[in-house]
Amino acid sequence: MAKYILRRLFTSFLALIASTMVVFLISRMVSDPSVLLLPQEGYGMDPVAFEKMKDDLHLNDSIPVQYGYWILALTKGDWGVDLATRQPIAPKLKEKLWPTGQLALSAFVVATVFGIPLGILSAVKRGTYLDLGGRSFAMLGQSLPTFWLGIVGIFIFSVKLGWLPSGTLQEGFFLNKNLIMPTIVLAWLPMAGYMRLVRSAMLEVLDSEYIKLARAKGVSRQSVIWKHGFRNAILAPLTFAGVLLAGLITGSVAVETIFAWPGIARWAVEAVFSNNLTVLGAVTLVFTFSFIAANFIVDILYAFVDPRLRLT
Amino acid sequence: MIERKLDAAGEAEPLVFVPIAQRGGEKEELGLFKRIMQFFRRWPVLSTIILSAMVLMAVFAPLITSADPEKANLRHRNYAPLFMDAESDAKQVAKGGEEGNYLLGTDQLGRDLWSRLAFGARISLSVAAVSLISGTLIGTALGLMSGWYGGLVDEFITRIVDVWLGLPFILVALVIAVVLGTNLVTVFILLALLAWTPFVRQIRAEVLSLKHREYVLSAQVTGASTARILIRHLLPGVINTVIVIATFRIGQLILVEAFLSFLGAGIPPPTPAWGAMISDGRGYLRDAWWISMFPGAAIFLTVASMSFFGDWLRDRLDPRLRQVD
Repeated sequence: MAKYILRRLFTSFLALIASTMVVFLISRMVSDPSVLLLPQEGYGMDPVAFEKMKDDLHLNDSIPVQYGYWILALTKGDWGVDLATRQPIAPKLKEKLWPTGQLALSAFVVATVFGIPLGILSAVKRGTYLDLGGRSFAMLGQSLPTFWLGIVGIFIFSVKLGWLPSGTLQEGFFLNKNLIMPTIVLAWLPMAGYMRLVRSAMLEVLDSEYIKLARAKGVSRQSVIWKHGFRNAILAPLTFAGVLLAGLITGSVAVETIFAWPGIARWAVEAVFSNNLTVLGAVTLVFTFSFIAANFIVDILYAFVDPRLRLT
Repeated sequence: MIERKLDAAGEAEPLVFVPIAQRGGEKEELGLFKRIMQFFRRWPVLSTIILSAMVLMAVFAPLITSADPEKANLRHRNYAPLFMDAESDAKQVAKGGEEGNYLLGTDQLGRDLWSRLAFGARISLSVAAVSLISGTLIGTALGLMSGWYGGLVDEFITRIVDVWLGLPFILVALVIAVVLGTNLVTVFILLALLAWTPFVRQIRAEVLSLKHREYVLSAQVTGASTARILIRHLLPGVINTVIVIATFRIGQLILVEAFLSFLGAGIPPPTPAWGAMISDGRGYLRDAWWISMFPGAAIFLTVASMSFFGDWLRDRLDPRLRQVD
């Protein structure tokens, strides 16, 4: 078990290094970052001060050396400077992290709490209208563009019916009206994924010999479904959790843009259009870190749930 | 999934529900309605119709539309679609506008939505097709190589895929769009970069199971070159998988392309693209909901039909791939 964890830790670390390299390279691809620091069209630029600034920021060194300095600063919690406001990124990042986390967390909970039972129900009632409904629901989730779904939601529930606010976060409460629509829009796609996955895993398990044996020797249907079936079918959605997080990241870019959510994803989209690459890089890194961390946790959990994995 | 597989195989479906005694002669007794239903279940009729309609719309866009999709007419802003009551049109006229005759209405700049939708189909479908083809070629080649050579090559390619999948694609795509500038070529590149990964993993796994088969060994013994083995002997074995993954991937490519152009990182305006059209209508939900709704519905219909079609194709070609997505 320790060996397994160590190896997973090592590969996660590799992925981490590689992702920082990619983000760094992309941020240097554009042009000399020092140009971005110039006042507009170089007005009032002092060549001596400019050279000194470049030296201070290590911009005269080679790319690998620059990367080293960048990583070093990053480990100290220095995320660089927002090119638009010339403020350090770290405090603002911290402030915007919570709204994104709140949205992602509630979407994750909704997707899990509804997706898995619906998938089981769909498998158990296979071929009925209930199953058809469940599958249509999943199909909708996987084919509706998230950003369009958000707009349709605003159109119906905010513009036409006036039941829900069309956006932005309210202070304070965890469960507030503003959270309802973004959560549902964000959760639909992962919920659909859960449903499809759990349904097919459950069908496979229910079709197996030991289930038939259990039924044949007189174990009740309920008991077979939950004790024998569900426990084995739960493995599949666990591996899906990593994929789900990737979907949540893409989805949160869409949802935060549409609902004017004050999170990091919207910040990143805004940064794109002001060529604010330091912010974009920081947000990309945050998402990548959380993705790698989540995958690591899932791998460990998987080993706990499925003992066969521990031996490898 | 299982019952659909049975449908595809033919008459197995009644086995599940109908007692043996009643089954004889079932085939001949089927009513017209039931026969039609069975036909619909066995063949992806609806999705084929929708998909071919979309393709035809894209190909014949100049023939089926009369208005220039990029020509603005500010006096005809936000005209309602024809099927809505004349009231809203009358309102426009009362405001000093003119009588309009627009099948799906006009957008905030008075451009004909129907022709924008038709021309937008060209962008969406061609971008998806081109990036899918390049992504398929790259992914299949890498998957074949990874599975065949094994060792360091395999390790290297698999690691690249892992790292690439770990990056938040949308944000990376936005950065690249900023760096390269937003134009058609950038979008092709971006989506090709998205398309290739699932091919590598799946095909690598299939090659691993194929490469120790007798016929591959015989080819090696007779002195066939590696390229020949990969292309003539292994590729045909995995081609079904390639096709199935491709049909599942294309829907996703259409969605991402739409999202990129929605964010403004796709084809630059005024060229019509479905995602950008949805974005155009965001500010006019109260007065002109049709600007956002029609292109979104078009995306949804295309992607949904593609996924139905993919399901059907998978059950036909390769039922083992049920988990792929």
